[in-house]
Amino acid sequence: MSTLQATGVERLAEAFASTGKRAALMPYLMAGFPTLECSLRIGEACIEAGADVIELGVPYSDPLADGPVIHAAGTVALAAGANVAGVLEVARALASRIPVVLMCYANMVFAPGVDAFVERLARTGACGLIVPDLPEGEGPEVRAACERTGLALVALVAPTTTPERMAAIGERAQGFLYTVSVVGTTGERRTLDESFADVVAKAKACTRVPVALGFGIATPEQAAQAADAGADGVIVGTRLVRAAGEAEDPAAAVGALVSELAAGLARAS
Amino acid sequence: MSAPIGERPLEHRFGPYGGQFVPETLMPALAELEQAWRAARDDPAYLAELDGLLRDFGGRPTPLYRARRLSERAGRPIYLKREDLNHTGSHKLNNALGQVLLAKRMGKDRIIAETGAGQHGVATATVCALLGMRCMIYMGSEDTRRQRPNVQRMELLGAEVQPVEAGARTLKEATSAAIRDWVTNVGDTHYVIGSVVGPAPYPALVRDLQRIIGDEARAQMLEREGRLPTRVVACVGGGSNAMGTFAAFIADEQVELIGVEAAGEGIDTPRHGAPLTVGSRPGILHGSRSAVMQDEEGQIVQAHSISAGLDYPGAGPQHAHLRDTGRARYVAVSDREALAAFREVARLEGIIPALETAHALAWTLAQEQGDLDLVCLSGRGDKDLAEVLGAGEQA
Repeated sequence: MSTLQATGVERLAEAFASTGKRAALMPYLMAGFPTLECSLRIGEACIEAGADVIELGVPYSDPLADGPVIHAAGTVALAAGANVAGVLEVARALASRIPVVLMCYANMVFAPGVDAFVERLARTGACGLIVPDLPEGEGPEVRAACERTGLALVALVAPTTTPERMAAIGERAQGFLYTVSVVGTTGERRTLDESFADVVAKAKACTRVPVALGFGIATPEQAAQAADAGADGVIVGTRLVRAAGEAEDPAAAVGALVSELAAGLARAS
Repeated sequence: MSAPIGERPLEHRFGPYGGQFVPETLMPALAELEQAWRAARDDPAYLAELDGLLRDFGGRPTPLYRARRLSERAGRPIYLKREDLNHTGSHKLNNALGQVLLAKRMGKDRIIAETGAGQHGVATATVCALLGMRCMIYMGSEDTRRQRPNVQRMELLGAEVQPVEAGARTLKEATSAAIRDWVTNVGDTHYVIGSVVGPAPYPALVRDLQRIIGDEARAQMLEREGRLPTRVVACVGGGSNAMGTFAAFIADEQVELIGVEAAGEGIDTPRHGAPLTVGSRPGILHGSRSAVMQDEEGQIVQAHSISAGLDYPGAGPQHAHLRDTGRARYVAVSDREALAAFREVARLEGIIPALETAHALAWTLAQEQGDLDLVCLSGRGDKDLAEVLGAGEQA
C-alpha cells in the first residue's frame, strides 16, 4: 500500500468529520443476501440515499451476536453460494465510493490465517474490520495485522461493559467505537433502551474516536434520538436486512429507508 | 471423595486452545462466574450442600462394577464406572447440581441450557425443579424428534423446551441459541453449559464438577484391584464425562487415556463427529478455540452421529491439548459399531448403555490387547430405544 494513500483509519475519520448530518449514517447490509449481485446494488442504493459508512456483514454459519433476521439472511446467502471471494468483491466495488467496514466472525478471520485474511481485506480498499466475537484481550494478532495494513479494528462496548474494560477498550479504539445500545443480539426494538443515552455518554467519555450506536435502531426517530444523545454515528442493520428480504425490489426498498433515516439525521436549518 | 476443593487451577487456556471468543456483552458475566466459582469451590457451606445433594439426591458414589461377561469375553478385567445409576440416568447431574447451586449463590433465578441427547436438559430441569428455579432448555428440533421421551421428561419437570430450527437442528444450533438467550438475558440468567466446551471459565468449571467421576473410580479401583487401571476409556462429544474421568488420572503417566468419538458413517466421509481424531486445523466454536469441523473458509460444518450427544462438530479445548501433548489418544467408532455394542452389552450384562457410551464400549471390546480397563459408563440407554429399534428395522 502506498504511503501517499490515506489509510482506512484516516478515511473513516474523514467520513465522520464530513457527514453534513447530525451523525454519520451507517447502514449494515449482509453481503450475498439475497444474492451477491443484489447485495452490491443494495449497497449502491445506500450510498445514493446518503449513507456515510457501510458496514458489510459476512455470512457465517453460527453468528452468536445476531438475532434471527440477520442470522436467517446469512443462512440464505450461504445457501445461495456466497463465499469470501464474492463478499470481498462486493467490498471492493463499494469501497471505491464509500468507507466500508467488514463485520466478520472470528473463525473466518482465523481460518485462512489472520495475516492472510486481513491483507486480503486491505487490498479491497476497505477501511476497517469488526469482529463481534473478539472482545478486548482476545486475539492480539488481529490488531497487529490491522495496524500493519492501516485498517481500523473496530471494538465494541456494551451496556454491561465494566468501567475498567470501557477505559481499556476506549483507549485502544480505532476508527470508531461500536457502542451496543441494548443487552442482546441484533434486532429491531420498538423503543430504545432507556439506558442508551447513558451508554453513549460513557463511551464518549472513554475515547477520542467517534462513537457509533448500533443494535436495535430501526426508525428515523430512533436515529434522531441517538444523535440527540451525542452519538457520532448511527448503525441500522436488521430493519434494512428485513426490507431486503421482503421487498420485490430490495435495492429500492433499502434505499428508501436509508433516505428516511438520512432525513431524520438532517441538521435543523 | 468429595466435590472439588482447594487451589486447583482455573485455566483460560490449554496450550493454544480455549479463550473467550464471545460478544463483549458477555465478558462481565464470564468474569462474575469465574469469581463466583473461585469463591464457591473453597466455601465449606457450598461444598457441603453439593456433596449432600450428590449423595442423597443423586445417589453418589456410583458403583464401580467389574463387568462379568464382558470381562470374560475380552479375556481381561473390564470395569464400568456406573454413571448410568445417577439420578436422571447419566453423569450430567454432577455438573447440573454444581452449576445451578452456583447460580443460586450468584442471585440468578433463571436457568438456561442446551441439550443434544436430552440428558443434560433432563439433569438441569431436575435440579431446577429441586431448587425452584425457572428453566428453559434449547434443543434442536431433530433431537426433539430423536429423543422424544426426554422432551416429555423435561416438560413434566416444569422446564420449557424450546425447539431450535436453525441449521441441522441439533446440538450445535441448540448451543448457539442458548448463547444468544444469555446475551439477551444475562442480568438474571445463568447458562448451565453441559460440557467442557464454551468460553473460559466453562471448560475448567465443568471439568472440576465432573472430576468426581474419576476421583471415585480411581479410589474404587485401588481398593478393588490394588492398582490403577492400565487404560481409561470414555466417549467424547463435547467431552465432559471423558474429561471428568481423565482428570483424576492425568498425573498417573502409566495410565493410557482413550477418548472415543463418533465416526458416524466413517471418518473418511463428511458425516462424522470426530474432530479430535481427524485432527484438522483448529477453529473457534461457541466461544473457545479447539478441534472443530469446518470448511476452508471457516464455516462450521454439520457433524453426524446416530447418537445425539456425540453429534457435535467441536470438542473441549483441554481434550485438544491432551491430544497434542500425547497424554490422551482419540479414536472413532462408527454408528454401526456403536449399535452392535449397544445390543451386545444389553444381552451380555443386562445393562442398556446410552448410544454415546456404546461408542466407548465398542472400542474397548474391539481391542485384543489390554490388561485392566476402566470404561466410563456415562449414561443409560432407555432414551435411545426408539432410535435403535428404528435403525434395526432399516438395516
